[in-house]
Amino acid sequence: MKRWEPLRKAIIVASAALLLAGCGGTTKSNSGGDNGGGQTQTTANPDAATAKDLKITFLPKQVNNPYFTVAQGGAEKAATALGEQLKATGPSDADASSQVTYINTAAQQGQNALLLAANDSNAVAPALKAARKQGMKVVTFDSDAAVDARDVFINQASSQEIAAGQVKLISDAIGGSGEIAILSATANATNQNAWIAIMRTELAKPEYAKIKLDEIAYGNDDDETSFQKTQGLLQAHPDLKGIISPTTVGVAAAARYLSSSSYKGKVALTGLGTPNQMRKFIQDGTVGSIELWDPAQLGELATYAAVALASGQITGKEGEKFKAGELGERTIGAKGEVVLGPPLTFTKDNVDKYNF
Amino acid sequence: MKSLLRWESALAVLLVLVVVVGSAATGGIFLTGRGAFNVGSDLAVMALIALPLTLVIVAAEIDLSVASVLGLSSALMGALWNEGWPLEAILPVVIIVGALCGAVNGFLVTKLGLPSLAVTIGSLALYRGLAFVVLGDQAVADFPDSYTQFGTTPVPGTWIPYPILLFAVLAVVFGLLLHATTFGRAVFAIGANEEAARFSGIRVKRIKFILFVLTGAVAALAGIVYTLRFASARADNGTGLELEVVTAVLLGGVSIFGGRGTIGGVILAALVLGGLTDALIVDDIATEVVKLVTGLLLLASVFAPAVTQRMSRGTP
Repeated sequence: MKRWEPLRKAIIVASAALLLAGCGGTTKSNSGGDNGGGQTQTTANPDAATAKDLKITFLPKQVNNPYFTVAQGGAEKAATALGEQLKATGPSDADASSQVTYINTAAQQGQNALLLAANDSNAVAPALKAARKQGMKVVTFDSDAAVDARDVFINQASSQEIAAGQVKLISDAIGGSGEIAILSATANATNQNAWIAIMRTELAKPEYAKIKLDEIAYGNDDDETSFQKTQGLLQAHPDLKGIISPTTVGVAAAARYLSSSSYKGKVALTGLGTPNQMRKFIQDGTVGSIELWDPAQLGELATYAAVALASGQITGKEGEKFKAGELGERTIGAKGEVVLGPPLTFTKDNVDKYNF
Repeated sequence: MKSLLRWESALAVLLVLVVVVGSAATGGIFLTGRGAFNVGSDLAVMALIALPLTLVIVAAEIDLSVASVLGLSSALMGALWNEGWPLEAILPVVIIVGALCGAVNGFLVTKLGLPSLAVTIGSLALYRGLAFVVLGDQAVADFPDSYTQFGTTPVPGTWIPYPILLFAVLAVVFGLLLHATTFGRAVFAIGANEEAARFSGIRVKRIKFILFVLTGAVAALAGIVYTLRFASARADNGTGLELEVVTAVLLGGVSIFGGRGTIGGVILAALVLGGLTDALIVDDIATEVVKLVTGLLLLASVFAPAVTQRMSRGTP
């Protein structure tokens, strides 16, 4: 066994190291977790003048994504109105870590503020903290970063509003009684599960007593899987009257299946969908109504919040107020969150007015 | 050898160009301590894996599973941390698992005689799959600051990222291993002509096996660096990174057919690639252009040696 001598030595050294390390090291329970690292707190001055020519970076989950292009349009509109300079940049893939380089770059360029839709709330946190130490203000929108790594989060709509709205829409569509099912994204998606939990609470209310939730199916936010799951739901539950799909991928796939099947017009469908994807199905009667927030307003509000932060009018504390142009005066809620507002409902009557 | 030297000088010139033009185009922002820190942090993971992979490619083999080993090591790190293991024990275990992954590749290639391209395309999927089995699609992000600082802050008093320090040490080790030992000469001999190497008494299989084990171990080490830098252990970490690494190695003048290449060239190539990418991003050039430039550089790196070789042989 002489020829394996180096390997044997390596294994012995490694096991010795392991044994040594085994006693009293840094573990999850004794490391005390993360201890923040944002900037020193200053006090807000609501009467401070709005700074001009601020340099703002708009960093979406990925570039060339239609949803974020619309949000970018809103951000540009607000930046122009306030006299700031906004530029958009970002990775071409929505990889967990791909935004870090762009965050570092924004800090390096001395940008005053960053508007970010985080791909991974934790992966971006160290870079954000370093950038904030240099004085850059960070506003997240659409999907949040770790709370201690950003100043303000613009939430598209409260979970309560989204979930309650979906239940109301399906109840209206099926006349208040019958069996329904939910077509979700992945089984452990945080936002989906939060919405489903609220939907269950809503369905327990007396006004929805005649509605029965048969099944929750998971289409994994994959077009083909969602399509097949819709088919499966309809086969398994012949009396199904309606489907809620609170994901843009799921609702589009379900609509496609329904529109080409004998269930068209008999089984109601609602969910979270974009007008462009769903226009055809809303117009041909497969889908009565869908909900979604306006991404342009999301970008707009994020820009107003960033400018207010960089001008010192707010610091991100609960209760502070800032002006957001056409969107009115907004108040910062718990954990530095600002909610955009109730989602929009798209029906045959208004779907043509929106382009995203 | 002559054309190789010329390729390395070309890379050095290119590197100077990137730095000078990059700083000029960005109004000096690029050439700052912070700029250098960002470039260093961005390229360290890729550069680390490029070192052992250089030896593998010089020996006329390939390992495409490196990014998946990185993902598996990141996932394992997260899972064991969740189990309450101390990091001091997790780190060696993760590196050993990486070495085992490399050993499986090495076994399939040397004992069963399968082509490494096919084997490692298979293990690319296998190890990534294992990573998802280990951690699922959750992310573990509560590593202590004392450790994540290794990936997020520079060495005190300088702008040198810690991972680059680690890279420098390993670069010396692998540089000596390839260029100053009998082991290294055997690697070149295997790449140039495996049959001849075997007949001259070189233990071809054993050396190849060791190369795969080293690559697995360093890929796992890179996974640790990656996890600490982004403070986030995920099974999909580093997806697609293998192509960046192979790009750096080939751009460094290592022949894809084996037998030729230097660690110095690969280091220069990693710096050029990392510097160029960051310079373009700092200069607000669209992401697509960055990919396009990288692709063109890679093509040039495969093309240029072939042309210079032909010219030096005197056949058009």
